[in-house]
Amino acid sequence: MSETIDAAGVAAWLRAFAQAVAERRDELTALDAAIGDADHGINMDRGLQAVIAKLDAAGDADAAGGETVGALLKSVGMTLVSTVGGAAGPLYGTFFLRAAADAGDAATLTPAQWSTAFTAGVAGVQDRGKAEPGDKTMVDALVPAAAALAAAVAEGAPAAEALGRAAAAARQGMTATIPLVARKGRASYLGERSAGTQDPGASSSWLLVETAAALVVETEP
Amino acid sequence: MKKLINRPDDVVREGLAGLAAAHAGMLRVHTDPDYVVRADAPVLGKVAIVSGGGSGHEPMHGGFVGRGMLDAACPGQVFTSPTPDQMLAAAQAVDGGAGLLFIVKNYTGDVMNFEMAAELAAEAGIAVASVVIDDDVAVRDSLHTAGRRGVGATVLAEKICGAASEQGRPLAEVAELCRRVNAATRSMGVALSSCTVPMVGKPTFELGPDELELGVGIHGEPGRERRPVAPAATVVEALAGPVLDDLPFVAGDRVLAFVDGLGATPLLELYVVYHELDRLLAGRGITIARNLVGPYMTALDMAGCSISLLRLDDELTTLWDAPVVTPGLRWGA
Repeated sequence: MSETIDAAGVAAWLRAFAQAVAERRDELTALDAAIGDADHGINMDRGLQAVIAKLDAAGDADAAGGETVGALLKSVGMTLVSTVGGAAGPLYGTFFLRAAADAGDAATLTPAQWSTAFTAGVAGVQDRGKAEPGDKTMVDALVPAAAALAAAVAEGAPAAEALGRAAAAARQGMTATIPLVARKGRASYLGERSAGTQDPGASSSWLLVETAAALVVETEP
Repeated sequence: MKKLINRPDDVVREGLAGLAAAHAGMLRVHTDPDYVVRADAPVLGKVAIVSGGGSGHEPMHGGFVGRGMLDAACPGQVFTSPTPDQMLAAAQAVDGGAGLLFIVKNYTGDVMNFEMAAELAAEAGIAVASVVIDDDVAVRDSLHTAGRRGVGATVLAEKICGAASEQGRPLAEVAELCRRVNAATRSMGVALSSCTVPMVGKPTFELGPDELELGVGIHGEPGRERRPVAPAATVVEALAGPVLDDLPFVAGDRVLAFVDGLGATPLLELYVVYHELDRLLAGRGITIARNLVGPYMTALDMAGCSISLLRLDDELTTLWDAPVVTPGLRWGA
């Protein structure tokens, strides 16, 4: 993969994310059963399969040829909002919609542009869910990932390294949710009993970043 | 998992098809996106009452669509909030020009999806007011939680606001009434068993054969504490105590007492609970002026019940008594 990303690259990332969620569907649902309502893996899988169906219908080739990154991200956001349901639908939907708005109509995004679009998406998740880091939510994986990505890009790190650092930060943020007491979402009803389980939203958010990093490493010469 | 279903994926759609077939005179079901509207929608000049939430709580909400209650209901997947596109389509189908009230149960997903839908409806030129219901005293209301869950008050608010909208009251007034019902209602539930989400196939939580979960949520969210099973009189005291103390309800109050079945508890047991509640309230000098006993807001196949008390005044009582013609509630017509 080159240092810039186009719509075809985003499509490949979404396919990888969808596959990772499908593989870990039951694991995500089990985490949610422990502290929520046992539907996170099921809902994310359903929504991402709808995204894949749209990609299939449009053809990745078309996406590469005609569609801008922003248009693709917007379509993904709308699909997730209308198919995921629960809290994850508006949150992941808002992530992609805000990232789309930030990406605008550029045909390709440089790492710096990609980083600001990602950061805009994360800010959207925070606006919609009103969660702060430490609340035991998606934000605990996404905020450190956005910060690590921005820092790496500012240092002029290559894309593979930048995304690798973002994925590592997301992973660290995800595992750091284990001892936390939830302050948002259904898990917050548990109070102290929510400590000891990894947050399912942070877990799927790590997959979002991890699949991007893995894809870049895999396709790098 | 033993359930009377075909494929887990088809439960919601097939249930809606059955609802439509059984109650064609009262409501219509639209699919893609999924929503239920009263048969004569839109009613011109009337505020439209719209609610919705995850499926698995039947008859809430689809079974409360009809004259005198909801204009539309948006069913989500089992225990999963419906989506903004559904809510917008439902809003457009029932908008009679007098605006729309969204009655939203306080769950993170429901609140966010209805918020996005309200933004979309406003863009489409429909006046929308939203009221969030949060009457479950099992949850400590603090800045450190998602706040109290919406439970039994939802059914009462849908009935009362439906009646007010039939009288031709304006949107602001109907919304205010909804807030008033929520503010005057407190609820708490108990589970004797877990429930099984069809798509998951196994119980949401484990409860020992001689344990009960006090303060359980209608999706199997854990409650305040786990206790050994006890006689109905003891359990009713444990539920009614926190409910009474929270508002608080005091001697001389007239209330609507709602004993709700969570799905797998027989009506016989619900009446035993009602009997105990009646005695307990009488002992405190509180009069049950109206009641509702039965499975109206369920949690799939969970065994257990919840108790809701609404402090009544003359206006709320009159609106409660007004005619209602829905699959779930039907009287006066």
